[in-house]
Amino acid sequence: MWSLACIVFIAFLIMRKKPHLAEPWRQITKRKLGMIALVILCFYIAVGLLDCIHFQITTTQKHTQQTSLQVKSVLDLLLGSISTEHEKTYSEPFATQLYTQSLITLPNGKEIRTYPHLKYAATHLKNSGRSRAYDITVRSLTGASIAIISFLILASCVIFLLAKKHHVNFSLYLKAIIRGKTNVAWREAMLTFLIIWLFIWIAGFLISEYHIFGTDKIGQDVFYQAIKSIRTGLVIGTLTTLFMLPFALVLGTMAGYFHGWIDDIIQYIYTTLSSIPGVLLISASILVLQVYISNHPNLFPTLMQRADARLLALCIILGITSWAGLCRLLRGETLKLRELEFIQASHALGVKNRKIILRHIIPNVMHIVIITLVLDFSMLVLAEAILSYVGVGVDPTTLSWGNMINSSRLELAREPIVWWPLLASLIFMFLLVLSANLFADAVRDALDPRLRQLEGDTHA
Amino acid sequence: MLAYIIKRLINAIPILIGVNIITFALFFMVNTPDDMARMHLGQKHVTQVAINRWKQQHGYDKPLFYNAKDSGIKSLTNTLFFTKSLELLTFHFGKSDQGRDISQDIAQRMWPSLALAIPVLLIGLTINISFALLIALFRGGYFDLFGVTVCIIMMSISGLFYIIAGQHVVGKMLRLVPVSGYHGGLDAIKFLILPVAIGVIGGIGAGTRWYRTIFLEELHKDYVRTARAKGLSELIVLFKHVLKNALIPILTGVVVIIPTLFLGSLVMESFFGIPGLGSYTIDAIQSQDFNIVRAMVYLGTVLYIIGLIMTDISYTLVDPRVRIGSNT
Repeated sequence: MWSLACIVFIAFLIMRKKPHLAEPWRQITKRKLGMIALVILCFYIAVGLLDCIHFQITTTQKHTQQTSLQVKSVLDLLLGSISTEHEKTYSEPFATQLYTQSLITLPNGKEIRTYPHLKYAATHLKNSGRSRAYDITVRSLTGASIAIISFLILASCVIFLLAKKHHVNFSLYLKAIIRGKTNVAWREAMLTFLIIWLFIWIAGFLISEYHIFGTDKIGQDVFYQAIKSIRTGLVIGTLTTLFMLPFALVLGTMAGYFHGWIDDIIQYIYTTLSSIPGVLLISASILVLQVYISNHPNLFPTLMQRADARLLALCIILGITSWAGLCRLLRGETLKLRELEFIQASHALGVKNRKIILRHIIPNVMHIVIITLVLDFSMLVLAEAILSYVGVGVDPTTLSWGNMINSSRLELAREPIVWWPLLASLIFMFLLVLSANLFADAVRDALDPRLRQLEGDTHA
Repeated sequence: MLAYIIKRLINAIPILIGVNIITFALFFMVNTPDDMARMHLGQKHVTQVAINRWKQQHGYDKPLFYNAKDSGIKSLTNTLFFTKSLELLTFHFGKSDQGRDISQDIAQRMWPSLALAIPVLLIGLTINISFALLIALFRGGYFDLFGVTVCIIMMSISGLFYIIAGQHVVGKMLRLVPVSGYHGGLDAIKFLILPVAIGVIGGIGAGTRWYRTIFLEELHKDYVRTARAKGLSELIVLFKHVLKNALIPILTGVVVIIPTLFLGSLVMESFFGIPGLGSYTIDAIQSQDFNIVRAMVYLGTVLYIIGLIMTDISYTLVDPRVRIGSNT
């Protein structure tokens, strides 16, 4: 995932240099919705990247003299203790007590049925005697004020730099931003940033003492699960893309460029693959993989490795099922391109086929590739949830939104109902998919020349 | 016309064989029948004798491609590939692991699937097209922006949310309809209302947005300008001219999925306990019944190919400009 981020960054640097490539992207930053979506996406990606940096911690427990090896990510460290502290079972958001009654033996030997106090949440309240609502307000206000102050400092730095770049003075540029008169939609971007920033700081002050989204059946913090699921969602989206892109790109352009038997074979391959219903192919393959894993247990010694193998396999299969669509689009576009004068001119000049494809055709189909990839991304995140529900998604031990939703089916059937894991996962998933969709829209409007003309006319 | 259909059907044969080979490779070569037997008999303490008995019971005790024991044509026919895989081509699905006849099961479970899928398609189509027309009528304004935003928001909500929330609110809290289950005959309506409604609502976002794009594209063509130049009102232009012409791209999208309606919806059916083909497949996946999964993969492929051919034929019916059989 880091490597992908690097590629995007390098591509960004190259694009800046070439004005004809940079122009469509500037269009995206002009659109308010596109900019908002971009900021939200950046936050998701940042969390995902933080979660990807793993390192091992050796902890030595004193009384047992045992050394245990733990794999942790930077995100775990930032989130602090909630990753390891487990309550007994369900508890409501911001609760101080468990959600279910249980038998407790009082110090004087009596047994009563009551809601026991949480082990790790709101422990300081008992000592200080303050009320819960008061404590939550104080904590969120502290968080909010820190967020606002830091935001103001950051924002003024950014505005200062921007003003310097545009050679205007600071207050003038500030006014332009507040009125929304800048070229890039800075006002919207900064507002979105402020809202997310506020949320992060408030959450940061609350998570150390409360379970802000409650806890699940085995007492794990739901907020922590939802945050960790970001990585699973992003990994599925990006890895699948990585698997399918080379196939679709190479085969699609080849099929379009060389007529004849190469075209026939490639067309045959993708028609065959796309005529198998996607869900069935995926479930069949995962089924087969499960049998394979359980029959070769020595290849996958730990649960972690099994879960990873399954995640990887899921990405590959999703890639296989989804490349056909892109391949068909690319073939069609290449068919059109190869008849154009500049391709025929390079033919006449004796340029090799491979070079024509690399130099002339692939750059000219790139807009289709980017549009399809961004559109597919949100679809993949949603697909993960459905597949997990069917039972062929990621491993049940992997933290993912699909698994959370899946387990919440039983929770809704309980009396009284347990609604917070479902809500938390849906909100997190919804925000990611929504921003990906909005971003995809902005990208499409900016890159698709036909659509650009269309929209321009209707708005005129 | 007939010659064209026959030609397309012949073209479909290599694709079917290809699908056959893929499923065969998945189910028999990656996992040998020995693995499957071990899977079903439990992981530990399985003797080779027990495995062989299981294989014999379920007809897996043959070599993969070439049977050296038999002679002549039988050395090719008396193999797993021939009996288990090529049989599918003639729609002999064989028996499931519980010993039930798969073809019969499919024929029986098809109807509940259709009872759910057809209303979802028809109602959804009507609602989506009317919304899209409405948005296209007020294009460029705030209503357009609002409509598109709502569509994107609805698209971004996971389909599971609609199902879970609908089931919970309507089924459990208001107690208007049973939460899940199915009953034949007229009683079915009671069980189907909620899934149909949810299916329609879940599809509105993506559908409306897609049709809106189609309408906008049509609105750009020359005949629209001519119609306006004649002094026709915007409403007539939209409903009489644009709607008719936009039907062609809409039709392509719809006709392809008509045959696959038989397969039902995996998620909806299992959530609402409707005994259709979708829940049949899910049950098979969860109980790891390879025969059923293979049969469903094959059936799905056949239906998809039929859908593609139907699309091409329906083109000629709606659009006289398209001529099938000519060399265009």
